[in-house]
Amino acid sequence: MMKDSQRTLVIAIVAALALAAPWVAYPVFLMTALCFALFACAFNLLLGYAGLMSFGHAMFFGMAGYFYGHVVKTWNLPPELGLIAGVAGAAAIGLVTGALAIRRQGIYFAMITLAFAQMVYFFCVQAPFTGGEDGLQGIPRKPLLGIIPTHDDHVLYYVVLAIFLFGFGTIYRIIHSPFGQVLKAIRDNEQRAVSLGYEADRYKLLAFVLSAALAGLAGATKAMVLQFATLTDVSAAMSGEVVLMALVGGLGTITGPVIGAFILVTMQNYLASFGEFVLVIQGVIFVVIVIAFRRGLVGELSALWRARFQPRSTEPETAD
Amino acid sequence: MAEILLKVAGLHAWYGESHILHGVDFQVGRGELVTLLGRNGVGKTTTLRSIMGIVEKRTGSIAFAGRETVGQPSDTIARQGLAYCPEERGIFSSLNVEENLLLPPVVKPGGMSVDEIYRLFPNLLERRRSQGTKLSGGEQQMLAIGRILRTGANLLLLDEPTEGLAPVIVQRIGDIISELKDRGFTILLVEQNFHFAARVADRHYVMEDGKVVDMIAAAEVEQNRAKLQAYLGV
Amino acid sequence: MAQVAIGLVNGAFYAMLSLGLAVIFGMLNVINFTHGAQFMMGAFAAWLLLGHLDVPFWASLILSPLLVGLFGVILERLLLKRIYHLDHLYGFLLTFGLALIIEGLAQWKWGSSGAPYPAPITGGTNLGFMIMPTYRLFVVVAALVVCLATWYGIERTRLGAYLRAATENPTLVRAFGINVPRLITLTYGLGVALAALAGVLAAPIQQVSALMGTNLVLVVFAVVVIGGMGSIMGSIVTGFGLGLIEGLTKVYYPPASNTVIFVVMALVLLVKPAGLFGQKR
Repeated sequence: MMKDSQRTLVIAIVAALALAAPWVAYPVFLMTALCFALFACAFNLLLGYAGLMSFGHAMFFGMAGYFYGHVVKTWNLPPELGLIAGVAGAAAIGLVTGALAIRRQGIYFAMITLAFAQMVYFFCVQAPFTGGEDGLQGIPRKPLLGIIPTHDDHVLYYVVLAIFLFGFGTIYRIIHSPFGQVLKAIRDNEQRAVSLGYEADRYKLLAFVLSAALAGLAGATKAMVLQFATLTDVSAAMSGEVVLMALVGGLGTITGPVIGAFILVTMQNYLASFGEFVLVIQGVIFVVIVIAFRRGLVGELSALWRARFQPRSTEPETAD
Repeated sequence: MAEILLKVAGLHAWYGESHILHGVDFQVGRGELVTLLGRNGVGKTTTLRSIMGIVEKRTGSIAFAGRETVGQPSDTIARQGLAYCPEERGIFSSLNVEENLLLPPVVKPGGMSVDEIYRLFPNLLERRRSQGTKLSGGEQQMLAIGRILRTGANLLLLDEPTEGLAPVIVQRIGDIISELKDRGFTILLVEQNFHFAARVADRHYVMEDGKVVDMIAAAEVEQNRAKLQAYLGV
Repeated sequence: MAQVAIGLVNGAFYAMLSLGLAVIFGMLNVINFTHGAQFMMGAFAAWLLLGHLDVPFWASLILSPLLVGLFGVILERLLLKRIYHLDHLYGFLLTFGLALIIEGLAQWKWGSSGAPYPAPITGGTNLGFMIMPTYRLFVVVAALVVCLATWYGIERTRLGAYLRAATENPTLVRAFGINVPRLITLTYGLGVALAALAGVLAAPIQQVSALMGTNLVLVVFAVVVIGGMGSIMGSIVTGFGLGLIEGLTKVYYPPASNTVIFVVMALVLLVKPAGLFGQKR
């Protein structure tokens, strides 16, 4: 562990970078990365701290985008209502699918969430309000809360940064709350937690809904930034991508998913010209990480750090 | 002593981080029936599992018929003529009795035929189409012993074959083990039940804290009764 | 009625694929996400064999599963065997990554639009109540035969007894002198070959395309959740049954035909969470 003074310094540097970033880098790129970072953190909350691997998180992310677009474009309501609709809609889908999925454990849970996400995908292909293959295009950027001019990319960047920090802070609070402690106890030994009187299924369901709601927040925000919602965001490929982001950064670490999301979004930006080859590269990353670097970037680095400065400590495996 | 079939020397074994065996030494001659005695947790089962190559890590030497087996995977070891009957019996629930009986492949010529085995255990013949785990405890034990007699293995490793069985069945298993010895099988038997062990064995090795601490021949059991009681806590 | 027959054809693919998944999972403890890609590889292998070497369909029916099965064997030896000691999740992620690689490469080389494969049998057969394309009838019968042969192999033969025993307790089976790692490799090869065989059978019906297995494998996951992976016969019955249900839905309420299997999955989770033929895990 770093000393407190070191930690404060790191936080100050990161904060300065985050504030200055849109004047250095392309704001829309940064905002997209922040949306994916929040999405990956929401996914990681479920896997890293509740031990549940969802392979269908795109259904929350993508549907929230559609909800946002529908509320803001079709119903012509202000963006804050769109965001609320996205979060609430994702949470509602999470409640239904989660209640069913937690009836099975382990790998079945992943398959069930994946199957439900695919069902949502097929639904979106046919449903009239999603715009089918074209998606919802041209969602207007209207003033947030009636005053904040979101049509300006720089202003919107700070809004998105605030949303991200809100989501990230929420996750941090959840993990360190008594609720988070119980979740970890259930993850480590469900039977013992049940015998201590905790209703494991309720805790798991609540974690699932919270994770879905935060993924929805990320999805709605992305629709606000990019002004469209498409089938890509509800597809199985998107569900896989968020897993990869968390995996690259480090499953079960707090900052890992953020770093993983930035790496993958950057990669996609640069590799866009490769077309289908992006899939191949993603696949290779999956394989390499699963075979050789299961702790992800943050996990491996902190293991190195520990090995360097506390040579005798044993290294815990993350999320095994 | 006859030709040495199994010679264990300086054997250490680990499960994960826990170091279970701390230098085990003993040997078994061809055609002998030898027991490993000792209290719970002294490493008797681990010794058998080490010989079969199914512990996580082992060092030292285990020579079978003069050939070193430490470092070999368990299927290679089994094919040299060792057969293992585990403490938990290991009857497969997805196989019926006859499939369980026929599962271990023949590794050497000279094993017993299926008919001979059924003659030895008539109950198994009656229930050959039943699911393996539907048998009574005694029948499961007979199946677990019976299935390793076909393979042609000449060293049998039996782990507590009398555990949890009624006295009549224990008696029956004692008879069978004596008969197997008469047929020329070499047997290494792990036992908690000393009275049972004393009835059938040629020699006893006593284990404590992951080591063999004493050897008592069958003829010397009477003189050493007090010492044995101290070892075994009976 | 025609839709019901098409449903049976789909059911044939579901049955073969979920059977392969169940066999692989039993032995390797890995949910083989690559299954859809291997299905596609089977179809592609047949298509390439025909296009480049003039190998007829009937030879591809044997050759293509052999080739793709061999590819599976190499994957297992090279990669999968390294992760058996880990949580199931890693096997899922590893095979997902492999699927991305295989499908991405196929898409990059041949694009995502499909190529037709000529049907080896033309014409229709009058079943009394309808006329069914003879080739589709052949697919249903062939799949049924393959599924039952697989069932027989696993439940009634010596090799099958090894498989069942090793699924329960691999350590003990190995201590009896059976080379369990080789058995695992063989099982994976077999499961993959089954997927490839389904792919060859599908080639003349669907277009041969890089993504033909992508959505299919997700539906098959739902089939596996519905049936449970404990029983071989269960996988076969569930596969054909769901194909039928899907076909019927196409008749009575077409918009739901894509999603009906997932709805069935939700209902089964409500009523019998372990799956119709499964034990609770």
